[in-house]
Amino acid sequence: MAYPSWFSRRVILAAGASAMAIAAAPAFAQGEIKLGAVLSVTGPASFLGDPEKRTLEMVVDDVNAKGGILGRKVRLIVYDDAGDPNAARTFATRLLEEDKVTAMVGGSTTGTTMAMIPAFEDAQVPFISLAGAVQIIQPVKKWVFKTPHTDTMACEKIFEDMKKRNTTKIGMIAGTDGFGKSMRDECVKVAGKYGIEILHEESYGPRDTDMTPQLTNIKNKAGVQAVINPGFGQGPAIVTRNFKQLAINVPLYQSHGVASKQFIGLAGDAAEGVRLPAAALLVADKLPDSDPQKKVVVEYSKAYTTRTGQPVSTFGGHAYDGFMIWKEAVERAKTDNAAKVRDEIEKTKGYIGTGGIVNMSPTDHMGLDLSAFKMLEIRNGDWTIVQ
Amino acid sequence: MARLASSRWSIVLGLAIVIAALPFLFPSNYYFRVAAIVNIFALAVVGLNLLMGYAGQVSLGHAGFMGIGAYSVAIGSAHFKLHGLLAMLIGAALAGLVAFLVGRPILRLKGHYLAVATLGFGLLISMALANEAAWTGGPDGMGVPRLEILGYRLRGPDTWYYISGGALLIGVILALNLIESPTGRAMRAIHDSEIASRVAGIDVAAYKLRIFVLSAIYASVAGSLMAFLNGHITPDGTAGFLRSVELVTMVVLGGMGSVVGAIVGAAVLVILPQALTIFHDYEHLMLGLIIMVSMILLPRGIVPSLLARLRGGGA
Repeated sequence: MAYPSWFSRRVILAAGASAMAIAAAPAFAQGEIKLGAVLSVTGPASFLGDPEKRTLEMVVDDVNAKGGILGRKVRLIVYDDAGDPNAARTFATRLLEEDKVTAMVGGSTTGTTMAMIPAFEDAQVPFISLAGAVQIIQPVKKWVFKTPHTDTMACEKIFEDMKKRNTTKIGMIAGTDGFGKSMRDECVKVAGKYGIEILHEESYGPRDTDMTPQLTNIKNKAGVQAVINPGFGQGPAIVTRNFKQLAINVPLYQSHGVASKQFIGLAGDAAEGVRLPAAALLVADKLPDSDPQKKVVVEYSKAYTTRTGQPVSTFGGHAYDGFMIWKEAVERAKTDNAAKVRDEIEKTKGYIGTGGIVNMSPTDHMGLDLSAFKMLEIRNGDWTIVQ
Repeated sequence: MARLASSRWSIVLGLAIVIAALPFLFPSNYYFRVAAIVNIFALAVVGLNLLMGYAGQVSLGHAGFMGIGAYSVAIGSAHFKLHGLLAMLIGAALAGLVAFLVGRPILRLKGHYLAVATLGFGLLISMALANEAAWTGGPDGMGVPRLEILGYRLRGPDTWYYISGGALLIGVILALNLIESPTGRAMRAIHDSEIASRVAGIDVAAYKLRIFVLSAIYASVAGSLMAFLNGHITPDGTAGFLRSVELVTMVVLGGMGSVVGAIVGAAVLVILPQALTIFHDYEHLMLGLIIMVSMILLPRGIVPSLLARLRGGGA
């Protein structure tokens, strides 16, 4: 019978191949350090994945030009999931099973990150995510970390500012997209902690073009001292314009979701006086020299703009921070062994990055506090830092 | 060769051998995962192919039914503590029921109107999944508890490869039997000419509806398997519009009206993006190019066109 002999030959071949792989492994370990990155470079989340990819390629080239990490070259393996969690999971399996990476810096969106987490937990390989939601690190997962601030922190930063100004009664108008909804929930959760009372709540769809009715309701509600607008994209710009048209005479707070020059362009004059929390990267040139983040954000934005010819975004900054936290952990561990690097990532203390100063612990796999956000106010069509 | 490939039982036997033999060629779990995804999409596409290739009806919202299957499993096991398999059956029943209810008015439409109506239905499902955050976790999706059978937790891609392979085999046997039955002949008659089949005494509306319900159940089971395999699902990833388009592309690329074509179409579209990563920034360009070239050279789909060539040249 031909089948059994073919079968046994396959088994022998497979056994031989795996024996060779085992024999070859120690020699290979001294070669390149493999870092994986599954990013949403194309598709609806490309505004996240594209700067992240460019940033990682830039820093890996830099590190390799300076002799690599521990004298070993870093090989970056990037896969594009196009924003599809299912594809992300497949590429994660590929990184782990085929490419044998010893760490991953990636996961542009919360959806792709959540889809990939089980793969990294099973394989016991550290995974530094670049996505926002708090559910990535709460409850704490042994192998998962993240660099961006959470929307909870944005709410807290805003409420902290309100408290300073003795504002306690507010109105809220939130987008119903993923970002707006998630942040709205977090704001409602932490409002009590700052003694803030949400008197009235409104919402709008991601494609709505007029929010005057909702804002009129808020205007007519007696006692509202400020309005907060968790949202993303063009919605907040329309809210800002309508807010001005209705001459609502209380401060308007926007979220870190609109922290880009585009927003000022869209909202025009109405943006004047709007306050929002944002990462230091956005105001790199306006930071006082005494600011510990000044050096890193100025250097990163200069390097990124020179290399890519595009303005910096906070998302690329998240990838920069993820890479640096991993690099420093590998240097401290003196190996790229997954378990040892994970332990060192968790011990990250006082790392000064584009997103803030990172102090991780076994219970906090993000390590940022409210100082990571700067409170900005838009004046004369530009950002100013509010103290 | 051509006769062999079109005969019912040789298809089933061939598929069973391929599913059983492939693991010997798989060096790692990554291959099992890709193959499991091929199986799952193939199952959904076999169902959609019954609707498109035999009954001649386009559905641009078929991922909506996958979403129903996936979220039934997730919500059933997470919120109601149901057993995963029971939740999967409920999902299939629910998808069938939804297909029955929306199919009655929708299937009265023809051509573009039918396509637009199914498109709207698919969008509606994925919007509902994204908005009912209390149940579905919103746009960021929700976790799916691992399936447990007799105290054994099913988690590895290899396990799910065999399970999805078995499901695909059952799906193919059912589809092939259906095609060879009087219902199948009625379906093909409807595909060729609705008026002629009505004259021949075929209840066109009833048959269309039945196939629509059946193909929805196929998609729902595929969605449930996907949820189990991934352990985390999102509205866009399971029920999104692009997913629906992908399913239709698989049917057309593999070959309408060919069960083997459905499997080939699914395999090509799942495996190609993995193989094309060597082109880095040009992978999407290459993917589009390959699909275009294959549609130009093999206009009836990969399997029917190749079979026709074999028949023409080989005999």
